[in-house]
Amino acid sequence: MKDRSDYARKGIGRGKSVVALEYSDGLLFLAENPSATLHKISEIYDRISFAGVGKYSEFEDLRISGIRLADYRGFAYGREDVNAKTLANAYSQALSAIFTQQMKPFEVEILVGQVGDTPAENELYHVLFDGSVTDEHGFVGIGGRAEDLTQHLQDSFKEGWDLKAAVRAAVTALAETEEREVPADQTEAAVLDRNRSRRKFRRLTDDDVASLLSS
Amino acid sequence: MRGDEPQPSALGFGGQSGFGANPSFMDLLGQGNPGAAQPLQPPAGFPIPHGTTILALKFEGGVVMAGDRRATEGFSIADEKIEKVFQADDFSCVAIAGAAGQATEIVKLFQVELEHYEKVQGDRLSLEGKANRLAQMIRQNFPMALQGLVVVPLFGGYDERRAEGRLFRYDATGGRWEEENFLSTGSGGKAAKTTLKKRWRSGLSRAEAVRAAVEALRDASEEDVATGGPDPVRGIFPSTKVISSEGVEEVPVEEVRAAYDELISGPE
Repeated sequence: MKDRSDYARKGIGRGKSVVALEYSDGLLFLAENPSATLHKISEIYDRISFAGVGKYSEFEDLRISGIRLADYRGFAYGREDVNAKTLANAYSQALSAIFTQQMKPFEVEILVGQVGDTPAENELYHVLFDGSVTDEHGFVGIGGRAEDLTQHLQDSFKEGWDLKAAVRAAVTALAETEEREVPADQTEAAVLDRNRSRRKFRRLTDDDVASLLSS
Repeated sequence: MRGDEPQPSALGFGGQSGFGANPSFMDLLGQGNPGAAQPLQPPAGFPIPHGTTILALKFEGGVVMAGDRRATEGFSIADEKIEKVFQADDFSCVAIAGAAGQATEIVKLFQVELEHYEKVQGDRLSLEGKANRLAQMIRQNFPMALQGLVVVPLFGGYDERRAEGRLFRYDATGGRWEEENFLSTGSGGKAAKTTLKKRWRSGLSRAEAVRAAVEALRDASEEDVATGGPDPVRGIFPSTKVISSEGVEEVPVEEVRAAYDELISGPE
């Protein structure tokens, strides 16, 4: 089991990190990602989004499975019956089964976030390669250097800050952890904004990020 | 509910098979219940609500789609406030005539199908792709159409790649045709079409197109018992949507009412 954990951790450590932060209007996800088309962050359902680090093919598979589960449940029951907790549980079960039963564990860590009508109702789940789940509040960093990243976020986090402050803190935390500059065109960012209509998910373009970082 | 939930595989929900991820929600439903494509067949003459007149026309910035608000069940009125024009996604709408229950289900499935594709692929389907997908769904309904549950939609949208509005009509077998300027269908479709033929010209403004749609539906309601006319007393007016480069917009009922008032206040 220890071999498997080490193998998975090593795989995750090779990839880039993602941070998630709560801000006044919802949740922000931000990652260092040089690709403009291969996403780490994605929409799952009306109020729910997904972020993954590690091996692309594996978290992509989990992402699509999540969209399928969410769309199926929403179609069969009702749109408001789809929630992040159900998804986090499904991911946890799947990853746990893979970790114990398959030849190799998945080299991934994922986040499932859901924006609530009020900040107190936001939900953020962190699922590890072995299926263990933690319920996060305020901020979280995932990836190879998650501990450093989370420490940096802890230092800067302020409850109820706006998007601009949150984006700045996220980029700063990534840059300090990696000990290099993280320019806007090397980032991927998205928000779950509770002020939007049905689909709360919105990607921030590089220009959006740049303008939030400047001035 | 259509059937048993697809079983999660070791790789997650509705695991992958073949090459590449299948972006179709319809196929996912089929996977959960292989019998889903074979519908129950109601006995002939079974009373079922039917929606009636719908129309669509192009204007300079896109497409206007409208429908009356009546559903009939044989010689009875089943509903005076039914909605027949639905937003399919950010840049398209589908309007339905025919068996209302069946049509609503098709619209709901179509909406999820488009959103599912968009999320899995990270890109919207092309307008052409959406129109084809709808044709396949109508074709799947053909066994039901033979039982009398005919569903005939109109599909309209703004083609982001061509930067223009486009219209498509369908028949019960899933045949699909693109229309140049305007179209209408349903029991009052013929009367509506006559009005549209007189009123349509290229380069209509948005307001003119909304007026033409309201006039066509009013005329249809005067020729066809199954088409509901505007009801100013109870505030029931045709449901009207505009699709342009800005997206889909529901025309406010005050604007539809104003167009109708202008219509009855005499010749222009």
